[in-house]
Amino acid sequence: MDNNNKLKKIIGPVILVLILAFMISLPLFAQNYTIILLRTILMYVALTLSWVLFSGFTGYTSLATAVFYGTGLYTAGVLNGVLPLPLLMLCSGLISAVLALIIGTITLRLRGIYFAIFTLSSVELIKHVLNWYEINVLGVRGHYVTRVDYGTVYYILLAIVVLILITTYLIKRSRYGLALSGIKSCEEAAVHTGVNATALKVLLFALSAFFIGMTGTVMATGMLYVDSIIAFNLNYSFFPTLMAIFGGMSSMFGPIIGATVFAYLQEYLITRSPDAYMFIFGLVMIITILYLPDGLVGLYVRIRELLLQKAIPQIRRKISGGKHANTAS
Amino acid sequence: MQILQVEGLSKNFGGLAAVSGVDLQVESGEILGLIGPNGAGKTTLFNLISGTIAPNSGKVIFNNEVISGLKPHAICKKGLVRTFQSCKTFPGMSVYQNVLLGALFGSPGKISREQADVETREILEFTELAELSDVPAESLTLEKQKKVEVARALATKPKLLMLDEMMAGLNPTEVAESMELVRKIRDKGITVIMIEHVMKAIMNICERIIVLDHGKKIAEGTPEEISKNKTVIEIYLGE
Repeated sequence: MDNNNKLKKIIGPVILVLILAFMISLPLFAQNYTIILLRTILMYVALTLSWVLFSGFTGYTSLATAVFYGTGLYTAGVLNGVLPLPLLMLCSGLISAVLALIIGTITLRLRGIYFAIFTLSSVELIKHVLNWYEINVLGVRGHYVTRVDYGTVYYILLAIVVLILITTYLIKRSRYGLALSGIKSCEEAAVHTGVNATALKVLLFALSAFFIGMTGTVMATGMLYVDSIIAFNLNYSFFPTLMAIFGGMSSMFGPIIGATVFAYLQEYLITRSPDAYMFIFGLVMIITILYLPDGLVGLYVRIRELLLQKAIPQIRRKISGGKHANTAS
Repeated sequence: MQILQVEGLSKNFGGLAAVSGVDLQVESGEILGLIGPNGAGKTTLFNLISGTIAPNSGKVIFNNEVISGLKPHAICKKGLVRTFQSCKTFPGMSVYQNVLLGALFGSPGKISREQADVETREILEFTELAELSDVPAESLTLEKQKKVEVARALATKPKLLMLDEMMAGLNPTEVAESMELVRKIRDKGITVIMIEHVMKAIMNICERIIVLDHGKKIAEGTPEEISKNKTVIEIYLGE
């Protein structure tokens, strides 16, 4: 039993390292198309994990992902050619984080649906303010972005995903992870137990925004052109949220699997039946919310339990050899 | 020495004065009872003192320091902690984690994880919850959940503990146990203010009782004095 538990503890990290090694070596032998597809998938994985970093921990549904992703895209356009890519990423990450501090300070006193709606409307607000500024003050719309090759972008995104995973793991293990589960389960009690909930929430929101902003800047290098309407697209708010729900948030694998399946589905459907793809998306989401409240991970847990329930009596019967028939349930 | 002074504390909700001009002093080391009919403003008074809501006027002085206007987490760190009328443990977390959270975040100053673990175990022993350490808090009986809340509050190393109807809904045996626990807490040197409707408990363990009605303090004295007080009897039994 003890060995079994040890094995369980090791198996997760081992699988992660194997996947990581595979993904690092992939560009050496894979086709260009595969790398481009994986780039999109990694982008969604990064966004979904960042979303879960805040919303999964605190229980506050943020729809501000598009604000921070858009800030990343837009900053790449505005500062194109001014800074080298690593500095540019850092810069847009920080701008997104500061933006999150501001939005968070204003809105995190709101709860539930009010917080979600405010964050959602902040996307539209920023989009249209920038659009107005471009048209009326600058007189020029949009910005050119220098292309960076797919391989490099792929590796940067992979690094961001690993960074988010490590951050999430460290927070989960730390005392702040405990405080965050306190906030999620009963914020009022947490506050009266000495947890500075406001500060913790706002800082985590900023950290999540930092990763989202960096992801945006990397992705901008593949777009060549950005303007405010393209950058601040509401879908960037909805998709990560839906992907996390679809995958399930009870483990770190859930959001990764959710984002991967969803992103692949999008890629597959958009080339084959572009008209039907939003329809199929909606259908998948409705089914998930109605029948799989804990997402794919929850489904896996349920199936495993079902199998175990069937398996256990059989094993018991084998062990007891039918001698203690009255103890069998 | 007075550990808590409340001066002219008032709170209005719209046109309703939930608490109006309440003065009270709490001596260090005593058990003070707070009673009054439903809607008298007892819980609102707790909310005002613990920083859940801000008063319209008046101030709260704890340990010679004005604390009104501070955030609840800051007040908790200063050593003033409360429990809730509708029990608020952390569902989804084990009893141990519930109490550990108090030790890690509620204590004044920084505390190491090891130290917090030691203190958590001590408090679980003290409150007789040690055997339930790994049980999810929400699966416990009401009595045990209330105990977890008290244990979590104790983990923050309070000087003053405010208990909001700790004994409501408990059976006589459980009430007796809870009374014992409150005495044990006081014997550790922690001052206790308790809101309670269970008269037996209040009359037995409180050294002093304050009666609130319609947001105003209407009587104050020993249990004996209170049980003979004409206004109090009128309020409780009708005129």
